[in-house]
Amino acid sequence: MNRLKLPPWLVLLLPAIIILSAVVLIPLVLSLYSSFTSYRLTRPDSIFNWVGFFNYEKALTDVKFWAAFGRTVLLLTVALNLEMLFGLGLALMVSKVTQGQRLLRTMMMFPMMFSPILVGFQFKFIFNDNVGLVNNALQSLGITDQAIPWLVDGQLAMFSIIFAEIWTATSVFGILILAGLYAIPRDPLEAAKVDGCTAWQSFRYVTLPFLMPFIYIAMAIRSLDVARAYDIVQIMTNGGPARRTELLWTLIGRTGYVDARMGYANAMGYISIFLAIFFTIYFFKKLTQSRKELGMGA
Amino acid sequence: MAQVHLRDVVKKYGPLEVVHSINLDIADGEFVVLVGPSGCGKSTTLRMVAGLEGISGGEVQIGGRVVNDLPPRERNISMVFQNYALYPHMTVRENLGFSLKIAKQSQAEIDKAVDEAAEILSLTPLLDRKPGALSGGQRQRVAMGRAIVRHPEVFLFDEPLSNLDAKLRTQMRVEIKKLHQKLKSTIIYVTHDQVEAMTLADRIVIMRDGHIEQVGTPLDVFENPVNTFVGTFIGSPPMNLLDGVVKGNELEFADGTRLPVPPGYAIQDGQAVTFGVRADNIMPVGHALPRGEHMAEVEMAVDLTEPLGTETLLFATLAGTEVQAKMLNPRPVQSGERMTFQIMLDKCHLFDAETGASLRK
Ligand SMILES: Nc1ncnc2c1ncn2[C@@H]1O[C@H](COP(=O)(O)OP(=O)(O)O)[C@@H](O)[C@H]1O
Ligand SMILES: [Mg+2]
Repeated sequence: MNRLKLPPWLVLLLPAIIILSAVVLIPLVLSLYSSFTSYRLTRPDSIFNWVGFFNYEKALTDVKFWAAFGRTVLLLTVALNLEMLFGLGLALMVSKVTQGQRLLRTMMMFPMMFSPILVGFQFKFIFNDNVGLVNNALQSLGITDQAIPWLVDGQLAMFSIIFAEIWTATSVFGILILAGLYAIPRDPLEAAKVDGCTAWQSFRYVTLPFLMPFIYIAMAIRSLDVARAYDIVQIMTNGGPARRTELLWTLIGRTGYVDARMGYANAMGYISIFLAIFFTIYFFKKLTQSRKELGMGA
Repeated sequence: MAQVHLRDVVKKYGPLEVVHSINLDIADGEFVVLVGPSGCGKSTTLRMVAGLEGISGGEVQIGGRVVNDLPPRERNISMVFQNYALYPHMTVRENLGFSLKIAKQSQAEIDKAVDEAAEILSLTPLLDRKPGALSGGQRQRVAMGRAIVRHPEVFLFDEPLSNLDAKLRTQMRVEIKKLHQKLKSTIIYVTHDQVEAMTLADRIVIMRDGHIEQVGTPLDVFENPVNTFVGTFIGSPPMNLLDGVVKGNELEFADGTRLPVPPGYAIQDGQAVTFGVRADNIMPVGHALPRGEHMAEVEMAVDLTEPLGTETLLFATLAGTEVQAKMLNPRPVQSGERMTFQIMLDKCHLFDAETGASLRK
């Protein structure tokens, strides 16, 4: 008998390798491969129709794609910055509370516990132009007598989506920044007081540098989230009106499943991943840098 | 330059009072050391002067101003913390210049002050490093430099040397003393180490459980402790204490051993007292200082020896209590060896057995 002798480490790792390739590698390779074909869901055999970089060229010259790309970057920039500011404010306030802080911390997490689908429906209702909460409130208060088309007007719809994103995810920043606040040593803050700092100056020159690593971690996590934002937008506006809230992944979803052009959708998906990779690398660089500033890490 | 006055200062944490109505007057340019065991309220007192803790009662004055309600930045003080409390994200130069930058001084002025402070503390080669790249001693010097650049009226030190190793501590102690002689500003210095207190202070303030026990020059508190606590806290090794009863001109201890009463104490026949004698004043005959005016002799068996080079510490038992004695020009001593010791009664102390208060006339 000529048995194949595998080294023991490989044998031990084999189950992990098999499972990983089944759940990660195979779909990944398959989707990457299909992005080089003219694969359509309606014609399964088209998956063998190799078209080279055609899908990629098409995506890179497609105005709709670039509009969605730009909108995603816009959403990312606006939402992340506002979430950071609100989260910072929230964390600072919670950290000052002496009683019931545990309860507040738990409450802060609530929005994160909702499924994005639910959040989408919730805000779809809140911003509905006829029966929505916002319009009703505005009209009852006499601020306006018209129904404001929150989800119908292009710019207002984008605003509403950003609002919903911020509502769900500010607590990511809040919790991480709060953790950062707890981790700040008391001594440098006291030294700053003695050195003549006002509360604002202590915050600006001591607290904030200590918080930066935490802020960048939150940014990295959230940039991945927002770069693949889908559910909330899909529910609230379905990319409309007239594609004015179309983001990368709603476009990709539509192309892949509604238009059934899976090969093309996958190609756009792979281009879009670079966006996420770019932001992740960027924020991790910032993170390393800010930790180095503080004399932490290598 | 400024005096500091504490008037009936109280600190409470909720219902818990940790500093009980203390009074202290510190002269301009004086180096005062607060010393006491851990948890006695030294840091709390210092932090009330700094403005880092609220004052629950009484009044703190700095340079004639009541500062109770002023934030630290308006008190013209600077503080050196036990854990250095440097800003980790700033270079040494930025750490030193930070307070001046906050005070909106010009860059030229800041550079000048920083260079000067760096010069005094030999930090010049380290100016562009961050605190993470400094040794403990260097960090401590940066912390001190940060305190001196501003030329404050009062310096506050909270156990600044306790994180350094023994050798460095001795070295920094000398530097702090030199610094005081150079700057001539008022210093309040907190430590639990009585050696630091003795060597640095113009005046020592001995605290216990939120009370001030005694205030005086190092020699004064060493030679005239007001109670057994101060007697045992100041001086190394701690003062030996023996309980006894006054019998005419003599003290009688539990096992019947008798010693003449030390001169200069107000006592009555039959009074229960605590007799205090430092190791320096109980020495074996032939290995002692020249005889004084009032001497007594006792015989004791030596249990243990601790040779220190120029002298040896002897642990022996007197009247059932372990006492420490000193042997000058030491020779080897066997454990269990019986020796005759002479006691310098002029330097001995009598305390009330009940309250521990000194009975000195
Ligand atoms: N924030 C606080 N809350 C309650 N008790 C405190 C607080 N800070 C200090 N204490 C208590 O006050 C006493 C004095 O503390 P401190 O001044 O730090 O002593 P030390 O003489 O060692 O510097 C201690 O018994 C300590 O437990
Ligand atoms: Mg302390």
